[in-house]
Amino acid sequence: MSTSDYDPACLPDLLPLYYRRLFPFSQYYRWLSYGGVSKNYFQNREYQSFTTQNELEKEMQKMVPYKIDIGAVYSHRPSQHNAVKSGTFQALEKELVFDIDMTDYDDVRRCCSAADICSKCWTLMTIAIRILDRALREDFGFHHLLWVYSGRRGVHCWVCDDAARKLSVAARSAVAEYLSLVKGGEETVRKVVLSDPIHPFINHSLSVVERYFQQYAIVDQDILGSKESVDKVLAVLPEDILSFPDLAVSFKDEKDPMKRWNLLCDLVLRKKSNSKKGGQYFDKEIMLQYCYPRLDVNVSKGVNHLLKSPFSVHPKTGRISVPIDLKELDTFDPFEVPTISLICEELEKPRAEEAEEDDMKDKENEQEAGERRRIRDYKRTSLAKYVKVFDRFLEAMARSRKGEMLKKSDLQKDF
Amino acid sequence: NRFSRRKKLIGSSQNDLYDHCLQFYGQPPLENISLTEFETFAVERLKLLKTVENLGVSCVKNSEQYTKKLDAEISRISEYEKRRKDHISHFILRLAYCQTEDLRRWFIQQEMDLFRYRFNDLHSKHKTDFLHKNNLKYETVSAEEKKSLQDKLIASSYGLSGTKVEEHDVPFQDALDLVRTRKVYLLAGNAYIPHHEIVTIVLNDFRTRLSKALAMTARSLPAVQSDERLQPLLSHLSHAYVGQDYSIQKNIGKISLEQIDALSGKSFPLCMRHLHKALRENHHLRHGGRMQYGLFLKGIGLSLEQALQFWRSEFVKGKVDADKFDKAYAYSVRHMFGKEGKRTDYTPYSCMKVILSNPPSQGDYHGCPFRHSDPELLKQKLQNYKVSPSGINQILELVKGMHYQLACQKYFELTHNVEDAGFSLNHPNQYFTESQKLLSGGRDIKKEVDMSQRSQENPASVTRPSQANSKQAHEEMGDLDSFFQDE
Repeated sequence: MSTSDYDPACLPDLLPLYYRRLFPFSQYYRWLSYGGVSKNYFQNREYQSFTTQNELEKEMQKMVPYKIDIGAVYSHRPSQHNAVKSGTFQALEKELVFDIDMTDYDDVRRCCSAADICSKCWTLMTIAIRILDRALREDFGFHHLLWVYSGRRGVHCWVCDDAARKLSVAARSAVAEYLSLVKGGEETVRKVVLSDPIHPFINHSLSVVERYFQQYAIVDQDILGSKESVDKVLAVLPEDILSFPDLAVSFKDEKDPMKRWNLLCDLVLRKKSNSKKGGQYFDKEIMLQYCYPRLDVNVSKGVNHLLKSPFSVHPKTGRISVPIDLKELDTFDPFEVPTISLICEELEKPRAEEAEEDDMKDKENEQEAGERRRIRDYKRTSLAKYVKVFDRFLEAMARSRKGEMLKKSDLQKDF
Repeated sequence: NRFSRRKKLIGSSQNDLYDHCLQFYGQPPLENISLTEFETFAVERLKLLKTVENLGVSCVKNSEQYTKKLDAEISRISEYEKRRKDHISHFILRLAYCQTEDLRRWFIQQEMDLFRYRFNDLHSKHKTDFLHKNNLKYETVSAEEKKSLQDKLIASSYGLSGTKVEEHDVPFQDALDLVRTRKVYLLAGNAYIPHHEIVTIVLNDFRTRLSKALAMTARSLPAVQSDERLQPLLSHLSHAYVGQDYSIQKNIGKISLEQIDALSGKSFPLCMRHLHKALRENHHLRHGGRMQYGLFLKGIGLSLEQALQFWRSEFVKGKVDADKFDKAYAYSVRHMFGKEGKRTDYTPYSCMKVILSNPPSQGDYHGCPFRHSDPELLKQKLQNYKVSPSGINQILELVKGMHYQLACQKYFELTHNVEDAGFSLNHPNQYFTESQKLLSGGRDIKKEVDMSQRSQENPASVTRPSQANSKQAHEEMGDLDSFFQDE
């Protein structure tokens, strides 16, 4: 059993334990300090800023934060906020972030709505991660991407390259818009419009969607099963397609959703060869409307926007916001993500013999002991493998920073 | 740095200084100029930028019509003089427009549009000259790389013939407009730009530089503002209105107080209609509202006695008795008419001033409804005033694009049932005058419209149509009484 019944009422008791013995402080601090400038973040709606890991640990253990949101790096320390004229208080550096929330897909998923998710609609997150990860790396040249499960119904992406941190608001908004294909709110029926020529980015994205579409949309979501959902799909089609006599008839006769989809695709081919303009892409538009990632541009744009921190605890589900290993993306199961209750429980399990030896060493050096105990502790829980993912991510960043510094010192001929 | 304190320019570099008609404004001017030149240059450039703004909304940018009209506005003086003026006036306006976010945004937008128009106007050779002179060497993509990316390049650059055209690659941060709309191929953080799109990159560069420069200028502003000769000029510029200022009263006493209610519905711009309604309902207005509305009323021709009667009768219906009014409020009314103290600032507020200064807070009714009202509330108000749904949408679109004066102009067109207002709205009193003209006209209206169009086309005159027609307006006002006899 992986969840171990989580009761929000237990949170006040579990959190102190979590921060004392499980939270991966040294990795976390490493990550926060990569700007070279001390980062600032909110705890319980108050500014906090720290310069050493010890300070960070002590403060967090004292405060036992329910919510940790991460914001930008500021040019002056927040305590000077009032003294400094507004406008000169500039956010200097902040990762480029993306927030994908399942509720933004409510109009196209039938299995759940609002805060609920299930294994059927989770595929949408898998698709989103694949498409965005590829684009951010291949099109934009970013290397250090951290994908994190939000703890309930979505995922976040933190792009931590230096270049990403230095992006202006205009640049962030341009990147987010480049990545946006699904446009329009409740009044818009047809949310994806494609025209010639189709940009290579769209083609790449389509090839990802195509891999998942049949299983996800036709089978799991059954979008061409019932009359109601068929009507929704057809509502997106252009007038002249809908008036095709074959369409209504064939859908009546053919009940198999897969065959219905094939019929629609055939219509596209026929339309293409008939019309002079060519380039009717409504089959692709449907696939994109039902599957393409929907991101909130405002989250990515805002340098002052706050995003939930990795390794924070979601108060409603108790799940830890864990990094996602892209190598195992297809098997990632949000329902297998450990809750705070689970890992606290796992802590109580009887210890192995080797542990006693370490206990002796501990008495020699208290602080180091604290560290080691903590390292031992989370390693005994389901949290371990997620911290490993974080470790790998941090190592890659460290390597590339070393490489950069070497390059710089070579240029300066510093030996 | 104070312009007048700088030493005169040293000889030889003068030849290089203006050797190209276009520049990035990297270096501030170093010469001495008189205070008159200071103000004149600045006001002329401001007029030009406002023209750019108006054209940009009324025509499709860079269309033939747009270009022709803009051509007509650029006056014909010697090339050197033109370039010198261009240089100096740009820097002066930086001083005036660096101070707030709104001002900076407006200034950058118009300067960019102006720059784009002038860059596109250049001969291909001059374009290249410009790029070289400003060290803008955009990497050219090698032939082999181009071949391997060929399909992708064609698929992402609209209307491109492929191999024949030069491609440049720049970091994507330098081509944000193309990235945002996916009009460019991206690979490993680089954008592949076809040669004809280079203006977009250059513009991006221009905007970045200007934005940084304005921020820096704002920081050194206190030093400039402490110069007493410059301070009033700069302040005037940033609230500048470059037309008639309605400070000299015409038609005093032509309007009776009884007419004001009707006039507020027919001929007042939305801001004043709003203020009048609030005054009637609450029997009171706060200082900001009293100033904005009171000066407007003066501008439409209320005499001091009428004004005092008007305000007193309204305030007395509320919580203020006649004595208190005479003690506390009458003074400020007299002040507005220049009868107290020595105030310089008793001219009716222009739209710019209403929009940019003194934003209203809770309990205030002044300001510009298109700028300061919540769009939902604005929509409701317009619905109450029986504006058509499609009209309301047009207005809201303009508001979204921050074209507040044009939104008001649209309101004028919808409430007067004309397709084209025939003037460029810059002042609430101008709205009133134009409205009265329209309502009292008949045959005369067509003449008015023709005249105003002709004066817009005439390149030699940079004055606004309303100025050319003010004499006519004066005569038209005489018919006011007869018009209202039907009511």
